[in-house]
Amino acid sequence: MENKEYFEKTSYIGALTSTKYIFKKPVTVQYPKEKLNLPERYRGFHVNDLDKCIGCGNCMSICPCQAITMDDPKAFHLVNPKEGSTHLRPRIDYGRCSYCGLCVEVCPTGSLKMERNLIFTSQDGDAFVWFPAEERRTAENGFTQSNEITPLELEKVPMPELEPDVRKKTFEELILGFSEEAAIKEAERCLGCGICMQGCPAHMKIPEYIDAIFKKEYEISVKYMLEDNALPGICGRICTHKCQDDCVYNYRGDAVQIMWLKRFATDMVKDYKVSDPYMFPKTGKKVAVIGSGPSGLSAAYYLTLMGHSVTVFEKRSVPGGALGLGIPMYRLPVYEIDKEVGHLKDLGVEFKFNTEVGKDVLFEDLMRDYDAVYIGVGLSYGRAINLNGEDTPFIIQAIDFLRQVKVEGRRDIPKKVIVIGGGNVAMDVARTVVRLHEINYGGIDTKVQTVSLEDWDIMPASKEEIEGALEEGVIFNPGWGPKEAVFENGKLKGLIVKKVKSVFDEQRRFNPTFYEDQTLFLEGDYIIEAVGQTTNLSFIPEHLMQQLKFTPRRRIWVDEFGETSISGVFAGGDLVETSLGNAISAIANGHRAAIGIDFYLRNVKGGKND
Amino acid sequence: MIKEYELNIGPNHPGIHGNFSVHLKLEGDTIVEAKGNSGYLHRAFEKLMEQRTYLQNLALIPRICVPEPDINEAVYSMAIEELMGVEIPERAKFIRTIVLEAARVNALLFHFGGTAAMLGNYTVNYWAVADRDLMLDIFLKLSGARVYHMYIWPGGVRRDTYPGFEDDVLGFVKYMKDRLIEYDNLFFKNPMFMHRAKGLAKITKETALQMGVTGPNLKATGVKVDVRKDEPYAAYPYLDFDIPVLDDGDAWAREIQRRLELELSLNLIEQAVKKMPKGDVWKKMPNPFKWVIPEGEAYARVESSRGEYGFYFVSDGTDKPYRVSVRGVSMPHMYPLAEELLVGQKLSDAPFILETLDICPPEIDR
Repeated sequence: MENKEYFEKTSYIGALTSTKYIFKKPVTVQYPKEKLNLPERYRGFHVNDLDKCIGCGNCMSICPCQAITMDDPKAFHLVNPKEGSTHLRPRIDYGRCSYCGLCVEVCPTGSLKMERNLIFTSQDGDAFVWFPAEERRTAENGFTQSNEITPLELEKVPMPELEPDVRKKTFEELILGFSEEAAIKEAERCLGCGICMQGCPAHMKIPEYIDAIFKKEYEISVKYMLEDNALPGICGRICTHKCQDDCVYNYRGDAVQIMWLKRFATDMVKDYKVSDPYMFPKTGKKVAVIGSGPSGLSAAYYLTLMGHSVTVFEKRSVPGGALGLGIPMYRLPVYEIDKEVGHLKDLGVEFKFNTEVGKDVLFEDLMRDYDAVYIGVGLSYGRAINLNGEDTPFIIQAIDFLRQVKVEGRRDIPKKVIVIGGGNVAMDVARTVVRLHEINYGGIDTKVQTVSLEDWDIMPASKEEIEGALEEGVIFNPGWGPKEAVFENGKLKGLIVKKVKSVFDEQRRFNPTFYEDQTLFLEGDYIIEAVGQTTNLSFIPEHLMQQLKFTPRRRIWVDEFGETSISGVFAGGDLVETSLGNAISAIANGHRAAIGIDFYLRNVKGGKND
Repeated sequence: MIKEYELNIGPNHPGIHGNFSVHLKLEGDTIVEAKGNSGYLHRAFEKLMEQRTYLQNLALIPRICVPEPDINEAVYSMAIEELMGVEIPERAKFIRTIVLEAARVNALLFHFGGTAAMLGNYTVNYWAVADRDLMLDIFLKLSGARVYHMYIWPGGVRRDTYPGFEDDVLGFVKYMKDRLIEYDNLFFKNPMFMHRAKGLAKITKETALQMGVTGPNLKATGVKVDVRKDEPYAAYPYLDFDIPVLDDGDAWAREIQRRLELELSLNLIEQAVKKMPKGDVWKKMPNPFKWVIPEGEAYARVESSRGEYGFYFVSDGTDKPYRVSVRGVSMPHMYPLAEELLVGQKLSDAPFILETLDICPPEIDR
């Protein structure tokens, strides 16, 4: 066997082999005289770009040694929190750090890196805890993250939707929704850092409800949603998803599709009753809610949970306000509104349809008969742009047009349509017209074009909507403003538009200027104006109107709990300054007003009525 | 005259690696009773692992065994991959093999340094530690750290090799093969070592099997058992090798067995580097914050430099392990093997005998 060699051929002489090393140089690196040659992947101290860092705290969550705490580094470095960022930054205790680099791997912005140095001396134990910052850098970058090998899941799960050719022929919902498998895969991507909660006007508990979806606990997920949002199913379809804009994945990949996940969870729960938060015993107080839009429904829901009796007055025959009347069916099907409103009805909210306050019932009577009144009438009238011929049947307001199509079942449409506006409502109108064209004419010899003051880069409509409209064949004319409608023989011929010089003035206020000499003629036999809406508060009697305070932007002034300058009268939704003009912020300030009304009814508001 | 007296070797004794002590009863300088005394190093690894998520454990597990940390990462990853039903990319298997074999070389060099020092041959100790550092430099370049690499992780390895990795590794192998001749001359073929170790603390095949002894300690008694052959993992099925076996079972055979395994490891590294394919090095694992492993249990094992090293892993379907049990190789080597072997030996041989069993205290106290 081999071992014989080691047994038989032993020799003392061989041991002398070591003597030749007497004259060799030592192998030890003579640090610090000699420089250490540290490699590219060296895991040393951290370096953090404090301006790039958003303080999401993922490094803290992953740290196996609990060496990282999130703290305000103001004492050390002034950080101006930008949108989608907290004022916190990681502070690392190098007495605990194990230099594993997992914090670097999961950093969504890539701000956290490691440097090629691990030498720091101090007699003070506290000196080993610091905020890693570029200012403290002592060596070049060592271990950094890689986009190929990362524990984060940067790519989103694609959402199935109808093909443009199919969807433009029908008012069926174009987003098909996640399968359970896809939803769980998407929910798994969420890091749970909660940066998105700041972006959401309602501050929904997004990480919690996504985690519940991941665990297939859909009822618990909806319960988390209902804590801050009375209409999660509707928001899951039409929300402007500010949360997704703030998602930390945006820095290196695709945002988590929070909105579609919300939609999936609400679709899985057939009856929200199982998910309702705690309902307080009846207080015997009565609250009138004017308008059944998102803010009114939100206020009604939370007031009911707080034990008050709520009656909702709605001028139209259908609930939902802008949701029910304005948003086309391919985005928000009627059954979804019915489901959410049905949930409120089941809870005991009383709805009075076809009841216009100021006509069928007087505002003063409401103030007398109810303990508090909430105004959530929104901006339900289209704003005119003083184009000639607005009184003719060839020019119509977007909100009226959308209502006619959705509620009244209007299907007739002229062949060449011009839509004025560049917002989401204009996209809704244009895409609705595309569908009507397909239904009426099979899409032959038809044309839909939009005119907007804003150019592509500042167009207010969301990216998805613009892309969807383009796919469906809508023609865009960005950067043009309407000048004059052209009539011939009492019929509309088209619209003359002028080139926009600038949309905003130096103070960033809306104040468009034009090149009057550069014009373009757009052919069309029908114009739909989608340039914004306005409100009508004529139902409020004159003497109360005088007491009502308004903001400089002509919105109703409300305090932090939604109370107007008239005691007991609250307002929310698009009527108030804090609204961003979308459903979720209306829902948020409806919820806030509900808390204010509850305080008011229980005489606890800030202790001032005690 | 004192007939019988007690003596502690350790916990802080140069003849013991780590915080571990052996409690001896002696008559003259003959040992009549030996008792291992573990617990100084207990850091509750198994319990700590239950409180950390699957990715977080990556920073903890290498610390179970200091001289050879990579085996921990490998068994941990293999157990998770088995539970998740994941097959890792081919290239990752080869990189793992190279890392594991290089870690074995490191551990064995460390071991020889210790053994030789126990016999007063400190030159081998200095050589071995310096040579080990050459491989540590390669590890530093590959993973960013010298000792605790945290390089093998579930799904493959954490980064692809750096440019020039193959040349560095082959250079090290060539250097070590040349150096082995010098090690032989200085130590393994040195009659002083031979006379001292031959016939010392002999283990029979039967005792070894009965006590659950594995690795070189078992192979030196003539039992050809090696996880690399019996249950091949990583890239071992693609490599051509034969396990060396001796049959004496004494301290001398155990050392020579390790010497032969060191040579085998160098050959394996050479083969793996040459056969290493191109491609991915990592199979995507789930988001670490929502990493849930299906319910079930798995036992993953590798051949460490000391023997069969394994993790028994139970998952209850949550994001943290329900229970992890570490099969520390040194556990049976200390209790009861070393306790029995020391009886009847001279006190001056005791550190050397303990050293030839290659007892790694952190594996006992985990």
